[in-house]
Amino acid sequence: MSDKNSQSVSYVRETFLEQSPPPLKEAGVVKWMRENLFSGWANSLLTIVAIYFVVNIIIDVWPWFANGVWNTKSLAECREILQGANAACFSVLQERGNQMLFGIAYPADQYWRPTLGFVLLFIAAGPVLFNKLPKQMLYFSAAYPFLAFWLIWGGTILTPIMIALGLIAGYYAFTNVERLKGFALGVVAGVAAATVCVWLGGFISGALPGLIALEVIPSRDMGGFMLNMILGTICVSLSLPLGILLALGRQSDLPIIKGICVVFIEFIRGVPLITLLFVASVVLAYFFPPGTNLDLILRVIIMITMFSAAYIAEVIRGGLAALPRGQYEAGDSLGLDYAQNMRLIILPQALKISIPGIVNVAVGLFKDTTLVSVISMFDLVGAIRGPILGSTDWTGVYWEAFGFAALLFFVICYGISQYSQWLERQLRTDHR
Amino acid sequence: MKKSVILGAMTVAGLAAGAASAATLDDVQARGTLNCGVTTGVPGFGEPDADGVWQGFDVAVCRAVAAAVLGDGDAVEFVPTTGKTRFTALASGEIDMLARNTTWTFSRDVDLKFEFVGVNYYDGQGFMVPSDLGVTSAADLDGATVCIQTGTTTELNLADYFRANGITYEPVPVETGSEATQLFLAGSCDVYTTDRSALAAQRANFPTPSDYMVLPEVVSKEPLGPLVRHGDSDWGDIVRWTLNALITAEELGVTSENIEELSGGSSNPEVERLVGSAGTLGEMLGLDAEWAKRAIMVGGNYGEIFASNIGEDTNIGLARGLNAQWTDGGLLYSPPFR
Amino acid sequence: MSTLSDPGTGNEGFHIGKLLSDTRYRSYTLQFITLLALIFGLSYLVNNLLTNLSEAGLNISWDFLGEPAGYDINQRPIEYDSQSTHARASIVGAINTLIVAFLACISATLIGVVAGVLRLSNNWLVSKMMAFYVEAFRNVPVLIWILIIFLAMSGALPQPRDFRGEVPEATMLFDMIAFTNRGVYIPSFVNDGAAAVVFWGVLVASLVGVFAYRRYATKLLFDTGRLLPMGWPSVAILIVPGLLAFFILGRPVGLESPELKGFNFTGGIHLRLSLIALWFALAIYTGAFIAENVRAGIQAISKGQTEAAASLGLRPGRIMNLVVLPQALRVIIPPLISQYLNITKNSSLAIAVGYMDITGTLGGITLNQTGRAIECILLLMLFYLIVSLTISSVMNVYNNSVKLKER
Repeated sequence: MSDKNSQSVSYVRETFLEQSPPPLKEAGVVKWMRENLFSGWANSLLTIVAIYFVVNIIIDVWPWFANGVWNTKSLAECREILQGANAACFSVLQERGNQMLFGIAYPADQYWRPTLGFVLLFIAAGPVLFNKLPKQMLYFSAAYPFLAFWLIWGGTILTPIMIALGLIAGYYAFTNVERLKGFALGVVAGVAAATVCVWLGGFISGALPGLIALEVIPSRDMGGFMLNMILGTICVSLSLPLGILLALGRQSDLPIIKGICVVFIEFIRGVPLITLLFVASVVLAYFFPPGTNLDLILRVIIMITMFSAAYIAEVIRGGLAALPRGQYEAGDSLGLDYAQNMRLIILPQALKISIPGIVNVAVGLFKDTTLVSVISMFDLVGAIRGPILGSTDWTGVYWEAFGFAALLFFVICYGISQYSQWLERQLRTDHR
Repeated sequence: MKKSVILGAMTVAGLAAGAASAATLDDVQARGTLNCGVTTGVPGFGEPDADGVWQGFDVAVCRAVAAAVLGDGDAVEFVPTTGKTRFTALASGEIDMLARNTTWTFSRDVDLKFEFVGVNYYDGQGFMVPSDLGVTSAADLDGATVCIQTGTTTELNLADYFRANGITYEPVPVETGSEATQLFLAGSCDVYTTDRSALAAQRANFPTPSDYMVLPEVVSKEPLGPLVRHGDSDWGDIVRWTLNALITAEELGVTSENIEELSGGSSNPEVERLVGSAGTLGEMLGLDAEWAKRAIMVGGNYGEIFASNIGEDTNIGLARGLNAQWTDGGLLYSPPFR
Repeated sequence: MSTLSDPGTGNEGFHIGKLLSDTRYRSYTLQFITLLALIFGLSYLVNNLLTNLSEAGLNISWDFLGEPAGYDINQRPIEYDSQSTHARASIVGAINTLIVAFLACISATLIGVVAGVLRLSNNWLVSKMMAFYVEAFRNVPVLIWILIIFLAMSGALPQPRDFRGEVPEATMLFDMIAFTNRGVYIPSFVNDGAAAVVFWGVLVASLVGVFAYRRYATKLLFDTGRLLPMGWPSVAILIVPGLLAFFILGRPVGLESPELKGFNFTGGIHLRLSLIALWFALAIYTGAFIAENVRAGIQAISKGQTEAAASLGLRPGRIMNLVVLPQALRVIIPPLISQYLNITKNSSLAIAVGYMDITGTLGGITLNQTGRAIECILLLMLFYLIVSLTISSVMNVYNNSVKLKER
């Protein structure tokens, strides 16, 4: 063929031409812009409008941010320096930043404790969040709650150790009894062992209150962003087991248990968190035995935990419903009882599917902890609205203060939601 | 699974249960701190400073009671309360006393079952306007937009006043004092109304205080005072007489500076009874003899507390006015220590 | 699962041990214990409540609802003054809650759909901006947004006084709309007796007419293939009868613009700052969530659908409207319902900016003034519960109607 051609059509060039570079319009930045910004008149218009917006915002915000004043004692002083220029008074962060982070009452010389607790939280959360980290780190994760309790609230280190020992004893009692006598008795034995151990430990820690002790800080003194973190982590971790129980109850065949769970979940999900917080602040105290007196923070933890448990229960119920019926039946046909079936077959799969949903609930809950400011707790928002903006020195610095608050929440929540998306991608591979 | 929630709550309640609150005095002494309800922040009356230490006129009453009962003016746990939470906090025993510019009214005393132990500040509701608004009397305020801090008697007084005068207004309820100030300064409301003391205090914080004026009208009586629960008169007596001791001390010229000297010996028998060098007043209260002396030494007598927190030399700059001693033409009149 | 009966147990008589060992009876035992525990727990709590109340000398009583409230409310959709009862104040608050929730639901949906679609736009800048919007608003508590918008609007917008004077610092938009830091004043309709009723009737009728026409045109297109014009006849049906009626009846409906009188603008409709701040914050915040739902819904539609539609020659806009969105709706609607529920519940944050919703009246001032905390909060919860259940049931009905009908 080819030589036939080469003979008959001699005007065809016999050598290849050098590849020339693509036209300017089709390469590099220009091509990218043509495709992504100006691919049609509508798109071009959109781009121009968008650029206009972005530029305007930057022109307004950048000098405000860049010329910010950091070192004044009060707003009046700061305004004097600025002379009416468009700039921020970030000195409120300098002056009151610690109150925003730790609340107004936490002793300043103890700030290292919650800070350390916060840093350790990442180390503890690591192995839970990422499978690749060494499994031994999980021991630290298990010890973290007790360590954090000791760091933040203070007192002798014996108290959390005794509680931890109680839980370990309870766990051993549970596993041993469960193997012989079944799940229900195992739970009973576990709870009994744990209670006895904690009770006995109480004497030991009560006798040695000064052993490796930190200054005791009452929970009323917790505040600022620390309070949001405390409420968020405690309530989410407490509501997880509660949510699982509620979800199982709602899926169960026992009409009374199912009914109770449905009423509880629908009731909690039907009312705003703020009404539950009102309950915590003004009503709940009436429901405790006469003479008892619970801290406001404890009452709030109870209500927020109930709140998030209802939402988590719905997420887990979704996970349970997504499992094919065959999984339940397979478990039954192996002769597993209900507890074994759930624990060994159903829940591990259902929880895995529900993780992204649970993370969403957790992020939402963390943001909702700001509502406690409405019931006179000085969390981050409450501290800003109350003592900081109300003080003689800083009335009127709301942009800087709330901007800082928004930034803190954004960093944490965005981080968690990015993690959740990453996890969703990781989990997707073996579920499709 | 609601039961698990309740059982959990019960367990927690059982663990955290304090002693029965039959006698507040015993509770406070056993606990070693006084739980005192305060505001979330009113300059001069009760707000935490930059170090988180509570300061103010109402706060000083808490400290005086703590000093009288526990011997330490710093042994106070300040519990910030809002207009909504304050009464439940007191009724449920979360706080032992409430010193939070609370107006003594019939229904609060009788229907809500509280005991007002006295008045530490005679106040009245007033109006503040920008000077250039051209208003000199509250009667000119027809159609004005009025910022009110919610959760107080203020909105009721306001409604009554405007109704009685047959003029209309647009209420703008605001949750916190800082936001009320913000709105008022920005011109989102023409008028800001609350107790005149708070108006003065907040005006002092304005960038240009002279641009704003407080109208002459006082539309209500606001006797502000500390309160305790009904049903524990012994505790009520302690708080009442601590307050009275502060007032009497000023009347008798006992100050935090000369009290040491006076307790060594004084020609006035009432001073001797007050500082505990004569008589058994402390014993009758269930305290020691020097209770009043300690209370006075923490922040000084009533006059000293007034002067250092809200007096004319502070940037709040309130005159004594109605809150002068009866001997100076004011309303402060403590029953005798006898 | 535990109710499955064991084979071969037959009728061997009953003994106590079977209550635990026999799966047939065990479930009853378990439920019985639960029920007992529940009853015990509840009665324990109620007993505590009664003991505490009687110790404090208080009681549960609903009489306060009939007493005069004594306070004023700025936004009154129904007649109310300070001598009205607490019950009426609560109703005013309830209506205000519904107003802000309704406004926020509509705007959040609009914002969410636009942002969700634009986030998938092939315009890089626009899609990145939408991503920024979604992430920035989703990850910051709504309470902070409400406060920022409230304080920023009060600081940035002009006061009514600025509209005054020879050279006013601020002017009204089209002489009709005034943006002030007390809220936005917009014109209102002034109706003139029976003629106005007729006019509005005509307008509603022509609106129905438009729908009927479009339906007819679609049916004709599907049945016979004839394509009737859609655009201009719809506009004509909508406008012409209304205009005719307006002039024939002698202009029965007029616009009343707000006017600066005394301290404030009067006349027109006053959208208060608190309403706007709450409305905007809820709309923008929830809009970010809805945008994510919309994006997920659109991405759930397989690419083949879009390509098939494109190969049929449909324009991109039509592909979106006729092929993608109708299918995506099935994925979008369920989360949308829960976003509407969230808006309704989050509207209780009105208390932060002093918007007089039911949390501000019943759960706020009424609670403060009467001290009836338990009663007020019970009523408050009941209200939200009823609203939530209503919304979710109404939306579920709709949800069922758009569900994929499998053949």
